[in-house]
Amino acid sequence: MSKIISIAKLRKQQLLDQLFQKITWFFTVLVLVLLITLIGSLVVGGMPTIKAFGFGFLISSEWNPVTEKFGALVPIVGTLVTAIIALSIGIPVSFGIALFLTELSPLWLRRPFGTAIELLAGIPSIIYGMWGLFVFAPFFASTVQPWLWDTFGELSGIGFLFEGAFMGIGVLTAGIILAIMVIPFIAAVMRDVFEIVPSMLKESAYAFGATTWEVIWNVVLPYAKTGVIGGIMLGLGRALGETMAVTFVIGNAHQLHASLFMPGNSIASALANEFAEADGELYTSALIELGLILFFITFVVLACSKILLLQLKKREGATT
Amino acid sequence: MIPIYTRRRMINAMHLTFSILAMIFGLFWLFWILFILISKGLDGISVALFTEMTPAPGNTGGLLNAIIGSLMMVILATLIGTPVGILAGTYLAEFGQHGWLASATRFINDILLSAPSIVIGLFVYTVYVARVGHFSGWAGALALSMIVIPVVVRTTEDMLRLIPDSLREAAAALGAPPWKVVTLVTWRASEVGILTGVLLAIARISGETAPLLFTALNNQFWTIDMNQPMANLPVVIFQFAMSPYESWQELAWAGALLITLSVLGLNIIARFFLRKQTLLA
Repeated sequence: MSKIISIAKLRKQQLLDQLFQKITWFFTVLVLVLLITLIGSLVVGGMPTIKAFGFGFLISSEWNPVTEKFGALVPIVGTLVTAIIALSIGIPVSFGIALFLTELSPLWLRRPFGTAIELLAGIPSIIYGMWGLFVFAPFFASTVQPWLWDTFGELSGIGFLFEGAFMGIGVLTAGIILAIMVIPFIAAVMRDVFEIVPSMLKESAYAFGATTWEVIWNVVLPYAKTGVIGGIMLGLGRALGETMAVTFVIGNAHQLHASLFMPGNSIASALANEFAEADGELYTSALIELGLILFFITFVVLACSKILLLQLKKREGATT
Repeated sequence: MIPIYTRRRMINAMHLTFSILAMIFGLFWLFWILFILISKGLDGISVALFTEMTPAPGNTGGLLNAIIGSLMMVILATLIGTPVGILAGTYLAEFGQHGWLASATRFINDILLSAPSIVIGLFVYTVYVARVGHFSGWAGALALSMIVIPVVVRTTEDMLRLIPDSLREAAAALGAPPWKVVTLVTWRASEVGILTGVLLAIARISGETAPLLFTALNNQFWTIDMNQPMANLPVVIFQFAMSPYESWQELAWAGALLITLSVLGLNIIARFFLRKQTLLA
């Protein structure tokens, strides 16, 4: 009698097991399907413009909702230029911060400083935007821009980058605010990869009489190279897709200028500004295709970052 | 000619100074932004902020409808996203492990984790808003839940992996079937960590503006009907800050202070829990 009951019980448990596993499996597949439908819906939504303009969409700088002529060159260039400015400021600063947190800071200060930098990543991007528009831009126009013009404006070769009125808003301002926003991301990854460098390696170098900097530059950095690049790519992905902070300060003008002081546009800010008001199938579809282009660029960047960071993890696993 | 030894020490000192300056540079922005937020936002904090609706230009008012709208959408998004995230994360850590499905999902999840949030808004617009024909609170909640999912998947998997296998083996040795091992042993052992993931996700979506711009849109009036366009703090802040009216801008600063305090507060609480979990494991 009791034997029959236990067999029935066992069956029930096996059934529940199956059920539970199937449920978790289902939701995993759901996550996968989500991304595929995301790409699919953007492709379908962008189809009318893809058909109407083809490849020319990518290289035309015209953007005229009235005559329904659309080209993505201005926002693409704006997105790339702001991201490049952000990285060229963000990388050295993040490196300095990671260096400070792993090698220089007294132990008891590491946690509070690390947390403070991570809080910088927690501030919502709309706050960066507001602060940028109301506080940073006026300061930038009255102090930094005249100084930049006085210092570099006369130099042939790069002088043209700093031409134009000192308005405070524009591509350069957007790039600088993006830099502040990506610093915590890059610094956090750099700190983590610096920390996994075996201390035996560093100690050996110190024993040879190397200075702290020489240890960092010749031992830590080469060892953590892949991870550092992965972290930079992660920051780049953030900078490319950032919407609100850029929308507030970039100026939203569909024009191409060589000068970094002039207003421009990025893909994300064009979407934020125009999408809700866009009427007409072609206009909406042009904006959706912009979104698709943005997603494609960030996908490639993030995928590279992920692969690099995975490689580092594998190597770490192999040596320890 | 400076001896090489002195030169090396000078180079060293130079770079280390740069490193300290970089740290100061980073902290400088944090304090500048927080200082501005508090000094400008405190003026707007009043009882009316929590009891009155968003005003027409030039009038006084509060942010009540936006606060309620944000709360509703954030809660709903968390309720949708959390179970999906926890179950998928469980599959990755407990069942899938090295299979192709788990590897692919892990990869995709990391992409979703850092994907531009405005693209997620665009996605919900094309598959939901455009079909239904109007903006709605549901669309906003859906867009936010798509940001919750990857965060929860990631932390759930990481936290479950911290649980030592000996715990699972002990439970299995007592005759517990796998589903009981997971629900009664590993989930319980890592519940603090999983909760942290949910908190981090809530912190992340509380400040998100971009995915709401063309899903929930905005609403000047009071509504708790999720099928209507819905007011929410981030979009109201965006609209009011960009406006030329001073009374609106003041409300925007007050709202900005509210959002930042809640997001940073959640972050700090989550960090505290995370430390507890890693110390346990």
